[in-house]
Amino acid sequence: MITVHNLTKTYGQNTVLNIDQLEIPKGQSFGLVGNNGAGKTTLFSLLLDLIQPSTGHIMNNEVQVDQSEAWKPFTSAFIDETFLIGYLTPEEYFYFIGELRGRNKADVDALLSNFEDFFHGEILGQKKYLRDLSKGNQKKVGIVASFIGNPEVVILDEPFANLDPTTQIRLKGIIKDLAAKEGVTVLVSSHDLIHVTEVCERIVVLNKGEIVKDIHTSAETMKELEAFFAG
Amino acid sequence: MLKHFTGLQWKSFFRSASFKTEIWFKILMALGALYFIVVFLGMGVGAYFLIEDMELGDPLRVANRFLIYYLAFDLVFRYMLQKMPVTNIKPLLYLPISKSKVVNFSLGKTVISFFNIAHAFFFVPFSIVLLVEGYPPVQVIGWHLALMAIFYCNNFINVMVNNQNGVFYVFAAIFILAGASQYYQWFDITIYTQPVFDFFYDMPWSAIIPWVVLVGLYYGAYTYFKKHMYLDGGLAKKQSEAKTENLEWLDRFGNLGTFLKNDIKLIKRNKRSRSAVIAGAFFIFYGLLFFTGALEVYDGPFWKIFAGIFVTGGFLFSFGQYVPSWDSSYYPLMMSQNIKYREYLSSKWYLVIIATIISTILATFYIYFGWEAYAAVLVGAIYNIGINSYLVLWGGAYVKTPIDLTSNKKAFGDKQAFNAKTLLLTLPKLALPMGIYAVGHFLISPMAGYIFVAVFGLLGFVFKNKVFTMIEGIYKKEKYKTLQAYKQK
Repeated sequence: MITVHNLTKTYGQNTVLNIDQLEIPKGQSFGLVGNNGAGKTTLFSLLLDLIQPSTGHIMNNEVQVDQSEAWKPFTSAFIDETFLIGYLTPEEYFYFIGELRGRNKADVDALLSNFEDFFHGEILGQKKYLRDLSKGNQKKVGIVASFIGNPEVVILDEPFANLDPTTQIRLKGIIKDLAAKEGVTVLVSSHDLIHVTEVCERIVVLNKGEIVKDIHTSAETMKELEAFFAG
Repeated sequence: MLKHFTGLQWKSFFRSASFKTEIWFKILMALGALYFIVVFLGMGVGAYFLIEDMELGDPLRVANRFLIYYLAFDLVFRYMLQKMPVTNIKPLLYLPISKSKVVNFSLGKTVISFFNIAHAFFFVPFSIVLLVEGYPPVQVIGWHLALMAIFYCNNFINVMVNNQNGVFYVFAAIFILAGASQYYQWFDITIYTQPVFDFFYDMPWSAIIPWVVLVGLYYGAYTYFKKHMYLDGGLAKKQSEAKTENLEWLDRFGNLGTFLKNDIKLIKRNKRSRSAVIAGAFFIFYGLLFFTGALEVYDGPFWKIFAGIFVTGGFLFSFGQYVPSWDSSYYPLMMSQNIKYREYLSSKWYLVIIATIISTILATFYIYFGWEAYAAVLVGAIYNIGINSYLVLWGGAYVKTPIDLTSNKKAFGDKQAFNAKTLLLTLPKLALPMGIYAVGHFLISPMAGYIFVAVFGLLGFVFKNKVFTMIEGIYKKEKYKTLQAYKQK
């Protein structure tokens, strides 16, 4: 589904990302871990054509991301709060995204009804604008919005941070289902090793912009990761 | 302690993102500030002689008569523009600094605000002229000190009523009513207020009264702030109750409707965009200066076109000018969602067009000033729709200033919004239609001048697709730079 070729990103003298080759097949739940500054968000931003690669390119379902916009219809993402429109209510935001992705109100409502326990009664019908919601609730809105319109690729940057424990557990279930049942390619980054090992079939460790480990998740994965990060 | 506070203040000023502009622009700003200082000084010196020449009576008494309006204006300006001192004190709350010190510093900071100092440039020279002209020094000084106290009273009144829109609108309404009734000679509020200001002059010792009031107000503001210095109190962000709006009638426009819906909400729900639209609406009356012959310099024939462009283009200039920046806080979303650049741009274009048409309809009253006036308005509208609407979108690609929708700060003239490219683009917006008109006017007839400008506008309309492809290309090229710039709040 996604292939990365000779990708680098350099700011001045500083190479923040350098990936020779990476291939993510369709329907894989893919986890990206690494310390601060490892290049996780840079890779995701490149995937979304928010920054330009210094060399190389990314193919998303046969579309070269920095050349054509044709990847947009089947790719969705939630990176940070700049993906939210502060002056809309959550409902309006969902409908807005829905309309952009060719889904009418009924479709969106049907999708949202699956997430009622995820929202925990704090999102819909609250008479609040997104900018006035708490950070955690904003995140829930952004994550759920990225599921609208049956995307084939979903990119979530640090989806577990800022969420309460109950929601974290629910989110793990949702992500697993997406990849297993619906064949969606899910890309997740996280600082929390336990969460990624639970959710992802495959884990890639970035360190200073380079891939240092590429693991198919198994019972030993957690130990391996801990050993790596303990230095 | 004061040393620490001042140090923080110093850094926050010089390290602010907006301060780091190009050097030539700083020079330009300094020159601009200097210009205004000189103008104010000149007015302070000249006001006395001007009033004397117009033979309205004793200049000091005349000044006293209209002071109430001056003060009211001052208050309105402060309410709209003066920043509140509470910002930035959150990080100090839990540090071992007594609350009263923080409050005193924050309030003290407002004392040296531009909004207080600016008046000195007018009133100090005015008082000096009074002294030179032989007014008794003690009385003049008493009057001057009283006024100074009153301006500072305004300062603290504003601090206290800030964010209470109800109070503000009532006040503004009374003020406008007073002005109107004075103009139409129904009721003259100055008859009642002039004696108050005269009193400060006639009895110089009475200057003590406003100073006492000032101390009282300071104390009031102090206790008010101290009492409300909690995160869920005075420091809380005001939350308005949200209403979900569907605006379903826009659905028929497909994807375009989706964006238009969003833009309407954007304008309605954010302070900054509302101000821009209101400012744009005022432009409709700008033409009165030209068509009533109020100002002689504007009597040249092609100034009518200038007026026509502004009358119908208020929204275009105040909102359209900043087009991608309105979406700056969620630009990454727009760039990664399933959106074609062209659709995004044409929704903005339609918004500008609709607003221009509405302004044109509202401006129908110019017909009262003769067909030529209204022709200028109509032709201006056509040119705005046909040419200027593209030019603002084009210029927008180079404006890389993120806009904070929730605050009115910097609403009037953002330094970074000006750069060489946008400045160059204003030329064809204003000078070109004037030039085209002048050619027609002087070679053939005024009528031909209007027709020329209208034809130019229509031509622009014909080439819409071509122009859009070009603008789209520019936006695409600037996309990464724009994303990068919007990140820096």
